[in-house]
Amino acid sequence: MSRTDVRKTYKLYIGGAFPRSESGRTYLVNDFSGALLANAAKASRKDARDAVKAARAAFSGWSDRTAYNRGQVVYRIAEVLESRRAQFEVEVAAATGASGAQARAEVDAAVDRLVWYAGWTDKIAQVAGAANPVAGPYFNLSSPEPSGVVAVVAPDSALLGLVSVVAPLIAVGNTCVVIASQAAPLVAITFAEVLATSDVPGGVVNILTGEAAEIGPWLASHMDVNGLDLTGVADADLATDLEAAAADNLKRVRRAGVEDLSASPALDRMTRFLETKTVWHPMGL
Amino acid sequence: MSTTFDYAPAPESRSIVHIRPSYGLFIGGEFVDGRGQGFKTINPANEDVLAEISEATEADVDAAVTAARKAFRSWSRISGAERGKYLFRIARIIAERSRELAVLESIDNGKPIKESRDVDVPTVAAHFFYYAGWADKLEHAGFGPDPRPLGVAGQVIPWNFPLLMLAWKIAPALATGNTVVLKPAETTPLTALLFAEICQQADLPPGVVNIVTGAGDTGRALVTHADVDKVAFTGSTEVGKAIARAVAGTHKKVTLELGGKAANIVFDDAPIDQAVEGIVNGIFFNQGHVCCAGSRLLVQESIADEVLGRLKARMATLRVGDPLDKNTDVGAINSAEQLAKITELSGVGEAEGAERWSPACELPAKGFWFAPTIFTGVSQAHRIAREEIFGPVLSVLTFRTPKEAVEKANNTPFGLSAGIWTEKGSRILWTASRLRAGVVWSNTFNRFDPTSPFGGYKESGYGREGGRHGLEGYLQ
Amino acid sequence: MSTTLQSDISDATSSNAALRRFLHGLPGVDQVGAEARAASLGSRSIKTTAKQWALDLAIRMVDLTTLEGMDTPGKVRALCNKAMRPDPADPTCPHTAAVCVYGDLVSVAKDTVAGSDVHVAAVATAFPSGRAARTVRVADTAEAVAAGADEIDMVIDRGAFLAGRYLDVYDDIMAVRQACGPAHLKVIFETGELQTYDNVRRASWLAMMAGAHFIKTSTGKIQPAATLPVTMVMVEAVRDFRAATGRQVGVKPAGGIKTSKDAIKYLVMVNEVAGPDWLDPDWFRFGASSLLNDLLMQRTKMTTGRYSGPDYFTLD
Repeated sequence: MSRTDVRKTYKLYIGGAFPRSESGRTYLVNDFSGALLANAAKASRKDARDAVKAARAAFSGWSDRTAYNRGQVVYRIAEVLESRRAQFEVEVAAATGASGAQARAEVDAAVDRLVWYAGWTDKIAQVAGAANPVAGPYFNLSSPEPSGVVAVVAPDSALLGLVSVVAPLIAVGNTCVVIASQAAPLVAITFAEVLATSDVPGGVVNILTGEAAEIGPWLASHMDVNGLDLTGVADADLATDLEAAAADNLKRVRRAGVEDLSASPALDRMTRFLETKTVWHPMGL
Repeated sequence: MSTTFDYAPAPESRSIVHIRPSYGLFIGGEFVDGRGQGFKTINPANEDVLAEISEATEADVDAAVTAARKAFRSWSRISGAERGKYLFRIARIIAERSRELAVLESIDNGKPIKESRDVDVPTVAAHFFYYAGWADKLEHAGFGPDPRPLGVAGQVIPWNFPLLMLAWKIAPALATGNTVVLKPAETTPLTALLFAEICQQADLPPGVVNIVTGAGDTGRALVTHADVDKVAFTGSTEVGKAIARAVAGTHKKVTLELGGKAANIVFDDAPIDQAVEGIVNGIFFNQGHVCCAGSRLLVQESIADEVLGRLKARMATLRVGDPLDKNTDVGAINSAEQLAKITELSGVGEAEGAERWSPACELPAKGFWFAPTIFTGVSQAHRIAREEIFGPVLSVLTFRTPKEAVEKANNTPFGLSAGIWTEKGSRILWTASRLRAGVVWSNTFNRFDPTSPFGGYKESGYGREGGRHGLEGYLQ
Repeated sequence: MSTTLQSDISDATSSNAALRRFLHGLPGVDQVGAEARAASLGSRSIKTTAKQWALDLAIRMVDLTTLEGMDTPGKVRALCNKAMRPDPADPTCPHTAAVCVYGDLVSVAKDTVAGSDVHVAAVATAFPSGRAARTVRVADTAEAVAAGADEIDMVIDRGAFLAGRYLDVYDDIMAVRQACGPAHLKVIFETGELQTYDNVRRASWLAMMAGAHFIKTSTGKIQPAATLPVTMVMVEAVRDFRAATGRQVGVKPAGGIKTSKDAIKYLVMVNEVAGPDWLDPDWFRFGASSLLNDLLMQRTKMTTGRYSGPDYFTLD
């Protein structure tokens, strides 16, 4: 008689823990062929609220870390992801129907992207900052600082999309609440396990599974969220509504748009959620 | 012989300025009549009508955007070096006509001639000069190898620094190859219209700069116009939010420079006389009509009495009155509407139990005036500690420890600017790194420079103006 | 506050360490901010009646000075005559506050100004360097006073000050003050050598605590001499000292003030920083020589309505 396997319960990832949705709701997740994979938690507005609270609580500690330390943590994510690559190849293939080679390539790209952003943590300030030669006896320096808590709608790409939106945010010191791809939420939650074991403090990345159309508006209108990344919003009306809601507290918004996730990234995923702080000081005896 | 040093009046001559009885809109390089009702701009220091101003309707705005679009085709294609030369030319003409611009600004706005002459207009010329030099160097600015302009920029500016805000908007837009339609505030259109003449003098190609005058409806027509690619706005947070909503789902790039409620933090080891100057400059510069004004004084409790004593003595020497008098420190409030708002919020401050103080000063009978005012005994819960008053009114709060100072400073939806006063360098850097504000002045306040990026965190808006950073909002 | 501060001051002078703690506990001066404030006061526009008033006051505040190795009795007599009657053509023109000469010429000056209200000030204490034993410096002072000097302009030992021997400087000033007897004591810091405004503020308090009647910027032998911001820092100090102790001390910028425009900037600064109480020759002086003729020239312009020329004013 064959052994009965022990299946995993896929829950949310909030504040470093894996709670079920407070609503008790789940939704069915099938593989590319339509066969049942698992039930995923269907996050509610209260889960979104809890995730924002966790992200806010984590923000000052995370943004106060040295850039070098953040780089090490992001690099550590890459290491742990690499070490579990076999599992991700299987899960990516199951979610998307990718061939073995395609799934390998996606995991490769995700690991490499994390490594790329890990190297940016202590360089972005040098590229995005400035020493300003003001016409007077003042020392004047502009440096970038993270915007704060950013809500993200991740693109419909099992792993690379999620990594591509999360890594730049946390590399520069933001914390985030991510709505995972509705179609491929399981890889996202497995990725949360990687985060949970990679020295990423709880609350820095929070991952919700469920419907962007349901949770998105709560995050877009949340007055304690500073940024909104609409990358994964395909519905133009929803994107417009979310952007309009974001105006309530003037969130920095990154609009949805066609994007080749496999191409090398530009800096804008980091700079969009960076503020520039300019400090003046007189120079005198 | 009198025993006191009474400064005799020292009025700047008005004769350098020629104000026409009426002004049209500046569209496609020419002045044309607006189709709207028209309105009057008045001198806030004496309520005299200065001129009749055209009001741009939706159709006029459309004509201006069309002119800008037409001009964009060639303006975006000429070399950066050629564009730069036009901006250099404009910078030079502004310097040549600086006194005229300063006098006109003070007449229309009410700000002291000392400020328009020594701060506003020189900074305007410097801003054009700075961005002129960028026009042929954009590929080195760090925004990719082939940065391209966005197209037509719709720009709406406030009345507190009419010409300076125009420069902050137009100079980077033109340097990057965009064309603009700019709407000055309805109470201060005159220097923008004089700037239009300067564009003519500079032989700037028609349509590169268009000026449409009017109030909120004109501004709304401009920012919602479908053929506008970029919206740049400086003004209230409320209108900024409305603009952010209006552009949702469009392709328009937006920069917003909005309100503030800056904390000016004075530690017990501050260079005290300079700190008092910084407090005065922070809140009474430009009658407090400054988005980055240091309107919340956070003073360490152990030196609060001493600082307040010195502050009051210093305030007693402020000269309030005729904006054109060269010795005036505090001029007229820009409009009856603004005066009413300041008066109302000050009344709320008193009603909420804060203690109000102003030095003895005689205010002119005509015009819009408000004495420099401080409120002591203010706590974070008071409305005057939270809402932007945009007038010469300072709320004084105390703190006990650096941590408390930072917490109170950041305890606001705004995040435009902040001040820090201490002789201890490491404390400056500790504090500056924790303040959630786009500009931090340590041991100084209200300094501006074309090379220095300016803009807010949180509800004070987004995007930066000035410096290399200021190019980003106008490039693809 | 006043009595506390009084006792603070006596505690402060109990040892060099205590004095150092007191002086270094004074609020700092930010150079850029102080200079910006002075420049802004310097941009006041003083016209018509206010200018007339200011010019006459400035003349009354001049310590007309000659401090040359080549000074002779003849030169000093001429200077005294100029001080008493700056504009011989205009009897309404006020006299200067004082003449300022080397100690050995005090008797000549005193004889010449006899019967007038012009004071005789003598520089003393091994002026301008101050590099001599305290006994010598005290003797220098005593001789000038004996010769009839109404005012003594001493220099501090900048070496001691910069070496942190504040109590030595304090004791020097006390000793000289004692030697002054009834004469008023002005204490020169040579601010161009102290270099920082923090030092100037400390020197100001040190001298005031030691009993100086006036604090003075410079000898005129070192550049920079008086500047508007350095004088402003001293004016802030006398203002604060009076608020703390009730005792008023005067200020004398000296050296480098050559034009009426400059002088008026100083008066505006005094007016707005310390207040009108200091706008009096008893509390504010200009140590100057060529300034006087420029003040006279501007004064004539105000009364006649036309520009004058140097040939119409005496060179003494």
